[in-house]
Amino acid sequence: MLGNEAVARGAYEAGVRLVSSYPGTPSTEITENCAKYPEIYAEWAVNEKVAMEVCVGAADGGARAMCCMKHVGVNVAADPLFTVSYTGVNGGMVIVCADDPAMHSSQNEQDSRFYARSAHLMMLEPADSQECSDFARAAFDLSERFDAPVMLRLTTRIAHARSMVTLGERREREIKPYQKDIRKNVMMPGMARGRHVVVEEREKEQAAFVETSELNRVEMRDPAIGVICSGIAYQYVREALPEASVLKLGIVYPLPEKLIREFASKVQALYVVEELEPFFETRLRAWGISLAGGKNLTGLQGELSARRVEEAFGRETAPLYPAQETLNRPPLMCAGCPHRGPYSVLAKLKMHVTGDIGCYTLGALPPLSAVDTVLCMGASIGMSQGFARARGREFAQHTVAVIGDSTFLHSGVTSLINAVYNRTGITVMILDNRITGMTGHQPNPASGRNIYGEPAPEIDLAALCRACGVNRVVTVDSFDLAGLEKALKEETASDEVSVIIARRPCALLDRKSRKTPLKADPAVCRGCFSCMKISCPAIEKRDKHVWINPDQCVGCGLCLETCRFGAIGGGEKA
Amino acid sequence: MKMDVVIIGVGGQGTLLASRILGALADLKGLDVKVSEVHGMSQRGGSVITYVRVGSDIHSPMVDLGGADVVLAFEQVEALRALPYLKRGGVMIVGDQKINPLSVITGQAAYPKGALDALRQQCRVLSLDALSIAREAGEVRSVNLVLLGVLCAYLGEDPELWHEAVARVVKSAFLEVNLKAFDAGRRHYEESEERNG
Repeated sequence: MLGNEAVARGAYEAGVRLVSSYPGTPSTEITENCAKYPEIYAEWAVNEKVAMEVCVGAADGGARAMCCMKHVGVNVAADPLFTVSYTGVNGGMVIVCADDPAMHSSQNEQDSRFYARSAHLMMLEPADSQECSDFARAAFDLSERFDAPVMLRLTTRIAHARSMVTLGERREREIKPYQKDIRKNVMMPGMARGRHVVVEEREKEQAAFVETSELNRVEMRDPAIGVICSGIAYQYVREALPEASVLKLGIVYPLPEKLIREFASKVQALYVVEELEPFFETRLRAWGISLAGGKNLTGLQGELSARRVEEAFGRETAPLYPAQETLNRPPLMCAGCPHRGPYSVLAKLKMHVTGDIGCYTLGALPPLSAVDTVLCMGASIGMSQGFARARGREFAQHTVAVIGDSTFLHSGVTSLINAVYNRTGITVMILDNRITGMTGHQPNPASGRNIYGEPAPEIDLAALCRACGVNRVVTVDSFDLAGLEKALKEETASDEVSVIIARRPCALLDRKSRKTPLKADPAVCRGCFSCMKISCPAIEKRDKHVWINPDQCVGCGLCLETCRFGAIGGGEKA
Repeated sequence: MKMDVVIIGVGGQGTLLASRILGALADLKGLDVKVSEVHGMSQRGGSVITYVRVGSDIHSPMVDLGGADVVLAFEQVEALRALPYLKRGGVMIVGDQKINPLSVITGQAAYPKGALDALRQQCRVLSLDALSIAREAGEVRSVNLVLLGVLCAYLGEDPELWHEAVARVVKSAFLEVNLKAFDAGRRHYEESEERNG
C-alpha cells in the first residue's frame, strides 16, 4: 500500500467522517483514497486554509476530521492552524502535512516540524506504510485525549513508497455532543489569554506523555553508536548502520527529554540523523546533551539515503560504475497542451511574465523561456502589481500575470481585487484548462464536477472577474494564436485592469478532440522552423526540415497556424 | 529471492505499473517488499525512476547508487543515466527504444550514438526491441510487460506466479494483451543469444 493510501486507511479505521484538502504533491493521494470509502465525506477545498477551517468546524461539531496538504500548503493554512491550537477540538482532528526533501515537485524544502513547535501541537512521523496507518489512528485518539489537533508529518519517500499494511476494521464513532462555549471557541483577546494558559499546560502534559508513549521506541543493540532519528531517516540508519542502537522518535514534537537523556547515557557516542533542518539537534544541544555528530555529518540540503548515511559515518560504500555522459530530460508540456498557445504568443511578444504554480510553470524552461518569476500559489497577480508600481506604466504594458484556473481560485482572486481597488492597471491571463493538472487531474470549482466525479456548479471565471470590478474581460481559445495576440496587445495597452481567459481543456483529459497525427510534407517545408517556436515535443528538427512524430502528435493543430507555406496537413477526427 | 531493482524510463512509458507488478509478485511469494515511486512534476515527459526492493525485513524503500541487482531501462538515454545504480556484476535489461529529449528535438544536441555499446563495455546488458515485440503482441504500451517477461526468464522463474501478479495489478480488460506481451518477452530471452553468450 502506498504511504498515502495507508494514511487514508488509518483515518478510515479511526472513524474519520470528513476530509477536506487541497491537492499538492506528495499529499494528494490521501484525500483521493479517502473519497473511495463511502463512510467518509471527502472534498477538494479551494485552498488549504479553507480546508483546515472546514475541518475545524467538523471537529468542533463533534466529528473526527482530517485535512491534508503539502508542506507549503501549511503556510496557506497557518492562520487557522495557530489559533485552533488555542480553541482545541471536540471530535479528533488530524492535519497531515507532506514535506518534500530534495524538492521532487516543490518550490522549497521547508521543514514543517517547526510548525508543530511554533503552534504548540503534537506531531507524529511514520517511517513506513504500516506506521502511516497506525499513526493516523493514534493521532485521532491523541487529538481527543489532549483536546488539540495532531499533526502527521510525511515526507515524499514515505508518502510515495509502497510497503505491506495489515488492515483493520473501521470503528464507527458517535458524533460527540456539541455545546456552544464562547470562552473556548471565540478567540478574542479576553478569551484567548485564558486559552493560551491552557495551551502551555497541555504542552506540559504532552511532554510528560511522550516520555512513555509506545510511539517512541528504543532499540538497544551495540552501545558504541546511538542514533536518534525519525521517519525515513530511521530506515536509512537501519540500512547503513545495522548494529547501531537507535532511539526512533514516532512523536517528533514534543520531544521526550528524559527518554533522550537516558538513551544518551546508555550509548558511547550519540548522533542525530535527520533530514532537512537540525530540529532535534538544536533542541538536544540546548538541553546540554553532547552529540558526537549531527548536521555536520549529514548536511542540510536534499534528502538522505542509506548511502549518504554510510558516507557520513565513514563506512565502506558499494563501488560504482562511472556516471555516463548523457542528455538531461526535464519534464515538459505534453503534445497538445493548451498552455502552449498562450506561451508561444507571450514569448513572441517578449512580454515580462510573472508566473505561478502548476504545469504551466514549465513555460519557464527553454526554448519557450517565457516566464520571469515563480514564487508561490497566487503570487503572479500580486507581483505584477509590484512590478507596475516600481517600474512604471511602460513596463506594466509589457507585463502579464499568468495563472491557472485552480491557482486563481486558490489565491489569485484576492490579488485581482487588490489590483482593481488600488487601480493598478495590470493584465492577467488565466490559463483555464478546467482542471488541477500537475497533481494528477483533481477537479476544482471551475471543472463542473466534484471529487466523486458528480456534477457540481461550475464557477464562471469571466463573471467572477467582472464581479471583482474588472471591466475588461475577454475569453479566447488557447489555440487561437491570432486572437491571443490581438487580445494581449489590446489589453496590455489599456491602463485598466484586464483579464484574458485563455480557455481549452487539458489535452490529457480532452480525448474527444483528439485527431490523427499531422504530417509535415518535406517537399513543401522550407525549413524556416517557425513551427518549432511553439516548443511541441512532437515536432522534431530533421536535417533541413521538420518531422512530426506520429507517436507523440495528438493532432491538436496548433502548428498549422504557424506554417506560412501550408506544409503541415492531416489531422482527421480519430 | 532477494532483489533490488531500479526501473527507469520516460514519463508515460509505464514504469510505475512495472514496479507495482513486481510488488504484487513479492507479496504472492510471501516476501517483504518496498516500492518507491515518483509522482508529480517529473511525470510530464521527464525522466522517471522507481525502486523495487524484494527480500526479507527491508528498511529503505530506495535502491542506492551501486545497489541494483537489475536495472530495467525503457529507453537508451535513460539506461545510460541509470548505470551508477547498478551493482557490480548486476545486469541491465534495456528496451532499446529512443525517445528524443527536448534538446534533440530542437536540434541543439544529438541523440547519443552507441549508447548500448558504451554500456556493454561496462556491464552485462540484455537489450531488445521491446517496442516492436509489444506492438506484435497487440499493444505498444505494453513495453513494460515485455521487459518484465525478460526479467522473469533471466531469473529462471516459473511464469505462473508472475502471471498472477500481472492479473492483480492490470485491469481485466487489458490482461490478455499484457500477458501476451509478457510471454513474448520471456520467449525472446529464451531464444536470444545473450542467454548463452
